[in-house]
Amino acid sequence: MTAELHAITTTVNGTRYSRRVESRLLLSDFIRHDLGLTGTRVGCEHGVCGACTILYDGLPARSCLMFAAQANGHEITTVEGLAPERGRLDPLQEAFRAAHGLQCGYCTPGILLTMKAFLAENPSPSEGEVREALSGNLCRCTGYQHIVDAVLLAAARRHGESPA
Amino acid sequence: MKPAPFRYVAAESIERALALKAEHGDDARFLAGGQSLIPAMNFRLAQPAVVLDINPLRELDFVRAAGAGGLRIGALTRNRTLERDALIAQRQPLVREAVPHVAHPQIRNRGTLGGNLAHADPASELPALMLALGARLRAQSARGERWIEARDFFRGVFTTALRADELLAEVELPGLPPRTGTCFMEVARRRGDYAMMGVAAVVTLGEDDRCTHARLAYCNAGATPVSAASAAQALVGSPLGEGQIHDAAAVAQREIDPLGNVHASKAFQRHLAGVLTRRALQTAVDRAKAGG
Repeated sequence: MTAELHAITTTVNGTRYSRRVESRLLLSDFIRHDLGLTGTRVGCEHGVCGACTILYDGLPARSCLMFAAQANGHEITTVEGLAPERGRLDPLQEAFRAAHGLQCGYCTPGILLTMKAFLAENPSPSEGEVREALSGNLCRCTGYQHIVDAVLLAAARRHGESPA
Repeated sequence: MKPAPFRYVAAESIERALALKAEHGDDARFLAGGQSLIPAMNFRLAQPAVVLDINPLRELDFVRAAGAGGLRIGALTRNRTLERDALIAQRQPLVREAVPHVAHPQIRNRGTLGGNLAHADPASELPALMLALGARLRAQSARGERWIEARDFFRGVFTTALRADELLAEVELPGLPPRTGTCFMEVARRRGDYAMMGVAAVVTLGEDDRCTHARLAYCNAGATPVSAASAAQALVGSPLGEGQIHDAAAVAQREIDPLGNVHASKAFQRHLAGVLTRRALQTAVDRAKAGG
């Protein structure tokens, strides 16, 4: 059976890509295999773990629960798009480094994109709000404590405060 | 690749999507938020021959005021909007209270009202809300349209009254009468997990503070969302004191028929239903007295 192909154009991290994709190609696999952007991780592939979270038109979404064909005409940000330039990190990434907000790092890209959007919407969150916002991202190493610390540190630095 | 092969069609118009659904019937599935359909396809539990993506149909994404304090909400309205829309928060605070319990922020950014209801997972919160609020659902097909009462819509696990050629297009929620209080509560193992038990309570008080109308609806309490009509009826005319609320909760515990699973036995689900019903009713009464 010859697979039906769809011509799509999508903007990822500010760069336009035009590709032909099979209907059943998941957006997560498109990003990793077709575009070579392997920062996006694939974990459970059924929407539970959050490792494949990207920003889709600015909002966090599971890229394993979308088809690449749907992304035609839409904008995507992956973890590769966070840092402002080579050699510099986004302030959120800096906070994760400073607070030791990761161990193996597999869940980190999904968490960074989820928290990037969360802090844009809620710049001064409580610890409880951070934990709730993290509920859709599984981390099996850290016990979450340092991740929560890192997010609160990023928020505090943005306000020019030292964290409590 | 994980899903089985299928033909993908991005809908250009409702008419075209309905024509294709009429042509392919049960072999075609509408794709809205995809937060239940795509996992099922990734596991190959669902293998539709045709996927009709209705995300381009922006005209199905709306929240509008209707007469007498009512609301009309398009099927493609995301959970994110249900959670944040000011008109919904004002007219239907029960929706605002329940939606943050639906999965996680990433899922709520994509998942839609219509997709959730058409999926008809009895453990999901939104179907129970539709029963509690007396919603009507508009089904559209190439043949025309019809309105279905929420109590007639849910037929079984993942089964609705929608016919093979129909699209769930819109939901209408009637306005709440004055002195109505609502409350949603659930118990889940972890934030965002399906509830082991959840209840939506709606109570209207007369001028003498006696109950003139009540509804109780439960998620994960049977093969469909379950309405506890006898328990609600027992409340009507009562001053809703501690004793009456306790008695109504006991009736509701017998009325529901939870399926039980590895996370919660039937007996534990019934226990939760009793506790949650008492708390939710008391909160709804307090809110009604405070002016809804």
